[in-house]
Amino acid sequence: MPGLYFHIPFCQKKCGYCDFYSFAPTSAQMDAYKDALCRSVRDFAGDVTVPFDSVYFGGGTPSFFGKERLTTVLNAAKESFVLTDDAEITVECNPGSASPALFRALKKAGVNRVSLGVQSALSHERALLGRVSNGETVKRAVASCKDAGIENISLDLMLGIPAQTPETLDESLAFLLSLSPQHISAYLLKIENGTPLAKQADTLPLPDEDSVCDFYLHTAEVLEQNGLRQYEISNFALPGFESRHNLHYWHTEEYIGLGPAAHSFWGGKRFYFPRDFAAFLRGDSPVPDGEGGGKDEFCMLRLRLTEGLNDRAFFARFGEHLPEGVFAKAKALEPHGLLTVKDGTIALTKQGFLVSNSVIGKLLDVRD
Amino acid sequence: MAIPKERIRNFSIIAHIDHGKSTLADRLLELTDSVAIRDMTAQLLDDMDLERERGITIKAHAVKLDYKAKDGNTYALNLIDTPGHVDFHYEVSRSLAACEGALLVVDASQGIEAQTLANTYLALDHNLELVPVINKIDLPAAEPERVAAEVEDVIGLDCAHAPRVSAKTGENVQEVLERIVQDIPAPEANDELPLRALIFDSVYDNYKGVIVYVRVMEGTLKAGETMRMMATGAQFNVVEVGYMRATGMEPCDVLRAGEVGYITASIKTVRDAKVGDTVTKTQWQAEEPLPGYRKVNPMVFCGVYPADGADYEALRDALEKLQLNDASLSFEPETSGALGFGFRCGFLGLLHLEIIQERLEREYDLDLVTTVPSVIYKIHLRDGSVVSVDNPTHYPDPADIDFAEEPVTNAHIYAPADYVGVIMELCQDRRGTFKDMTYITPERVDIHYLLPLAEIIYDFFDVLKSRTRGYASFDYEIAGYERANLQKLDVLLNGDIIDALSFIIHADKAMPRARRIAERLKETIPRQMFEIPIQIAIGSKVIARETVRAMRKDVLAKCYGGDITRKKKLLEKQKEGKKRMRQFGTVEVPQEAFMAVLKLEEN
Repeated sequence: MPGLYFHIPFCQKKCGYCDFYSFAPTSAQMDAYKDALCRSVRDFAGDVTVPFDSVYFGGGTPSFFGKERLTTVLNAAKESFVLTDDAEITVECNPGSASPALFRALKKAGVNRVSLGVQSALSHERALLGRVSNGETVKRAVASCKDAGIENISLDLMLGIPAQTPETLDESLAFLLSLSPQHISAYLLKIENGTPLAKQADTLPLPDEDSVCDFYLHTAEVLEQNGLRQYEISNFALPGFESRHNLHYWHTEEYIGLGPAAHSFWGGKRFYFPRDFAAFLRGDSPVPDGEGGGKDEFCMLRLRLTEGLNDRAFFARFGEHLPEGVFAKAKALEPHGLLTVKDGTIALTKQGFLVSNSVIGKLLDVRD
Repeated sequence: MAIPKERIRNFSIIAHIDHGKSTLADRLLELTDSVAIRDMTAQLLDDMDLERERGITIKAHAVKLDYKAKDGNTYALNLIDTPGHVDFHYEVSRSLAACEGALLVVDASQGIEAQTLANTYLALDHNLELVPVINKIDLPAAEPERVAAEVEDVIGLDCAHAPRVSAKTGENVQEVLERIVQDIPAPEANDELPLRALIFDSVYDNYKGVIVYVRVMEGTLKAGETMRMMATGAQFNVVEVGYMRATGMEPCDVLRAGEVGYITASIKTVRDAKVGDTVTKTQWQAEEPLPGYRKVNPMVFCGVYPADGADYEALRDALEKLQLNDASLSFEPETSGALGFGFRCGFLGLLHLEIIQERLEREYDLDLVTTVPSVIYKIHLRDGSVVSVDNPTHYPDPADIDFAEEPVTNAHIYAPADYVGVIMELCQDRRGTFKDMTYITPERVDIHYLLPLAEIIYDFFDVLKSRTRGYASFDYEIAGYERANLQKLDVLLNGDIIDALSFIIHADKAMPRARRIAERLKETIPRQMFEIPIQIAIGSKVIARETVRAMRKDVLAKCYGGDITRKKKLLEKQKEGKKRMRQFGTVEVPQEAFMAVLKLEEN
């Protein structure tokens, strides 16, 4: 079943590492945007009858958009699209702009999952990333979210950030685990061109590559010891709490993304709305981005998952088996501990995830 | 308007590299109004880009100049420009054989160098009248009188009348023309004998076929007559004869004895018009060919492969085209486990190899991988047979080998006496056998060594130059074969032999070379997903090893709805990047690694 994504391109203040499309808006801009989203929901829904089983508000900072506007947009989606009864409805929240009233309102509107950006438990590390909130606000946000009745909580952690050491990483991990989340995303910091962080990159106390690799492997180990199973390169969850919405991406399932910079895969085509707020308000059409759902794409995305690339799934999708060459290449890499090949399934190991671009590139070399 | 024989002068210019030969030729063209000044590009005769860039003459050229001398008469001056590198020794000798005299150009700041002498001896072998010219008198460091004295002492040429000139500024160059007229004899030539014309060069032209450059020694030739190449036996109907002018070809009715000119005859390949061959007429044949013809054999071989296997056909076409114009280039298909389909190419020497490689890459836009150059080894087997091996892949099983021989050269190094120590050290290190040493002047020596060819084809000249700060010059000729204790080294990556990296080497050199190669490969092979052992082995015995550490991580970006297309493109780009890599089993080797093994400069 497909998913529905809303991009909320607003932030009170931009974080130093972030290159997502967002800016600090006026409330008039936010109202206009709410209307534009509702309109585009209606446009897209048209005569779509297939039920959606996930809705995701990402950003930017959806919590900054405000409970009334979020509720309005979600209601519009419910009216125009068919959502399954158990649809996963996620809102990304910044602990700093999340109040008990917000969570109560979201709960009331039908939101059942919240994703909170924590990144680090340590104030000095968060400061280097340009983050506004602190550890106490995170604790309070998680508590009020649970109080409001939203029990499915995901927390974000960043690895390889400036000033991080094995000790501070352990502190952050202990902090996250103390909040008993159902889901943790642990990303390696990537310094994107054009971000404030990129400008200071030379002067930042960034950990070296070997340390970052160790951080990653250590994080995976600690999280799994605590019952959060790794299911994707950067994602960990208690069994049954894997992000349904994000799995749509990795399973090459379809989704509609609305808002500037939002991408869609719908009717076999990929397309996106440009990073242009005014254009979206005007109702400009999305830009085509080629065919989607090809074999390479399928393989590339499946290999990001711990479940791996499975020949049966490939056959079910394409009516043919995975080329023998893929297995031959995989077999050659297996002794190096980068992946396992078992029962027609190729699955990357944690070591393999660290070099997943190279491994996946190598395996797909024999395709087409 | 035919010029009588007594007013023909056939000459070439001999000089050490960079002593100003081509610049002087340009001035001579200007002074004889052969070209308008506005058409002059520097060094007109070197018309290949490569020649201009490297400052060397690769192909011989010829041009006919009309010169009105001070005696009031007009003379036909035929300038035959010769290649200036040891690789093209034979071509030089054929060009000289076409002349009665030569200008010996010596740099007034540098004096006599290796090729000055080598070419002088060659010219004297052909009984040429030598006209010394002291060039570059405009340089601050010029010492024309000292250099003139050196020429008198060493070569025994009277330099009292030697023009002191600056080809660069044009100063005194007129005097050179006068000396040519006065000192170089007119050809002794008889039109009434059967035709004998010496081919000193041939070039392929898309419209006319091969243009054959000849010096007519005896007899005459006209369009419409049938000619015969005496060495190859090939026969052709002459389409056109004429003179080479600076501005192009100038047809004429008849080429006469003593003259230099060209012949076209719809000849398809330069292999049918070999340098040194004698042209005669089918109807009225000469009894004997002119002396001195020999088949030129390639001395240095290497594998040439397209970087992208899809370019194999294009590479073959390009080699065929180059061969149209270069009879000394040989190639035949070969297959390498590591590099796929390619060609085993033979060259006169390393410069020739580099030129061909550069032309393939530049003029034909090909990306190439070349393997370590090899000489031809003669391997005597226990069963009494002898095999010639120019490709390490074909090296016999050591158990079958009785003994091996390698080509050796007579090498002369000319340098200031201060450098004798470092030069002898270098030659010793290159397994040289000292023959003798002559003091040309109290300050300059000629050091004569017997040096294995294999030791000089890599980087000998570069190292020699750097150790003598550019003061030494070098010349060699093949002296035959000598016994040598050889070994074949194999390079293994991740346990697999990479055949294209194997090479044959003298046993004494195996260990240091193996270590160096392992180090260089470690530097050039990028980190990959896993550790890569590099091993250098003789048979099954590993004599050097290094390890390329594993890459620990690549970019681990998130991949959500908006990232998928970008991620796909990244993988595509990765694939593109891999085209420049060679895949060996699970290891990827960049093309630079092959170059790294080729260019193993010391220190």
